[in-house]
Amino acid sequence: MFGAVTLELMKGLWTTIQIFLLTLIFSLPLGLILGVGSAGRWKILKRVIQVFVWIIRGTPLMLQLIIIFYGPGLWLGHNIWSGNEAGRITATVVAFVINYACYFSVIFRGGIEGVPVGQREAGQVLGMTKSQIFFQITLLQMVKRVVPPMSNEIITLVKDTSLARIIAAYELTFAGFSFMKSAGITWPLFYTGVFYLAFIGILTLLFNYIEKKLDYFR
Amino acid sequence: MAILEVKNIGKHFGSTEVLKDVSFSLEEGNALAIIGSSGSGKTTLLRCLNFLEKPSQGEILVKGNAVFDASRPVKMSEQELRRKRLHFGLVFQAFHLFPQYTALENVTLAEKLLAQEREDFKSNKKQILEEITEHGNALLAQMGLADRAAHYPHQLSGGQQQRVAIARALALKPDILCFDEPTSALDPELTGEVLKVIRGLAEQKTTMIIVTHEMAFARDVADQIIFMDEGYIVEQGDAKQVIDNPKEERTRRFLSRYSQG
Repeated sequence: MFGAVTLELMKGLWTTIQIFLLTLIFSLPLGLILGVGSAGRWKILKRVIQVFVWIIRGTPLMLQLIIIFYGPGLWLGHNIWSGNEAGRITATVVAFVINYACYFSVIFRGGIEGVPVGQREAGQVLGMTKSQIFFQITLLQMVKRVVPPMSNEIITLVKDTSLARIIAAYELTFAGFSFMKSAGITWPLFYTGVFYLAFIGILTLLFNYIEKKLDYFR
Repeated sequence: MAILEVKNIGKHFGSTEVLKDVSFSLEEGNALAIIGSSGSGKTTLLRCLNFLEKPSQGEILVKGNAVFDASRPVKMSEQELRRKRLHFGLVFQAFHLFPQYTALENVTLAEKLLAQEREDFKSNKKQILEEITEHGNALLAQMGLADRAAHYPHQLSGGQQQRVAIARALALKPDILCFDEPTSALDPELTGEVLKVIRGLAEQKTTMIIVTHEMAFARDVADQIIFMDEGYIVEQGDAKQVIDNPKEERTRRFLSRYSQG
């Protein structure tokens, strides 16, 4: 039994990892763009981003996931997400990318605004271009500032992947839960928890490493 | 001919006028000190010269060429703006060193980035970068910081950080080097080392504008002094004469506050 449970949980873990990685890969750059936009000078763009972030942060991720997965089928008459596992994972990733990009954008904005104006001005009087100032001066100082809040958000993302169960994506929590339904046993649920703990343990070590790496300057 | 001519510069933020009809000129190799109480417009004037603020009125000429003219507003490309900026160097009150770079990297960063725009950069990359590093090391040595090249800003004292900042500003060989209260953020026992460096630059005939509260230093090092109050130039002239024999009542009152300590 233990072997069978482990195997199923591994299957669920794979889905969880896919959702996690794909969400990160797309939401980090998107969040950075939104963050730069909301820290920038264009008032209209700022307003639009503000409203968008308000809507996304103001409603449950599970609700967003349901709308994104079922909405197109009901509005267009055909499901744009193929009904298989890959389609469910794709829909989940789309919902998660939008959601997490909003949270990340706020963190990035804080990071950018936290870099003293004097840093930018020092770059300006040295004849640097805007992009040189951003990439050579601001960016690394911003990264250093955002690592702690970012690690919080990313750890939350690991656990949020369990929401994909609502659209029947076979992720880790779903896999653990299935044994309770089929065999009436609860220990796989705790075993599932161990998987999450290990996953987040590794991430925590990684974040500690990055923080240490950036400790060389203040 | 004067290297710098400032004509009738005015600046307002909203309805507050911070600079009113400011005119002066500076000869090459001379040092100009600007004194005055806080809020008198000294820092804004320096920021206007460095294109960190845009004057509302007036004209700025470097070597006879207008680098700014409020009466003929033109949309400058970033490229042009950068080229004009390079006439001036600015040393900030709070240093603003780049924390993620070593002292040497702080000094050489801008020069390296500029070098990338040179046509021979690709073919001569190694040699060019070596020359820049050598130049940076020489500047740090001139500042008495040869042994601090590999230190990060947070590992340096305030006085050392400010001297790195001076080397950084000198690296691009500006025509006019500006100092915005270079010792005001320092502990009193650290001001001496920075003033000594600036004094050395004056002896080498570096063209400088120094906004300062150090009256004795201004009298000794500067050739000219401008006293500003409420956005106006109240008095300007030979440094020793302005400090020792001010003509204006307001200058006298300001100076007497300082001499009484």
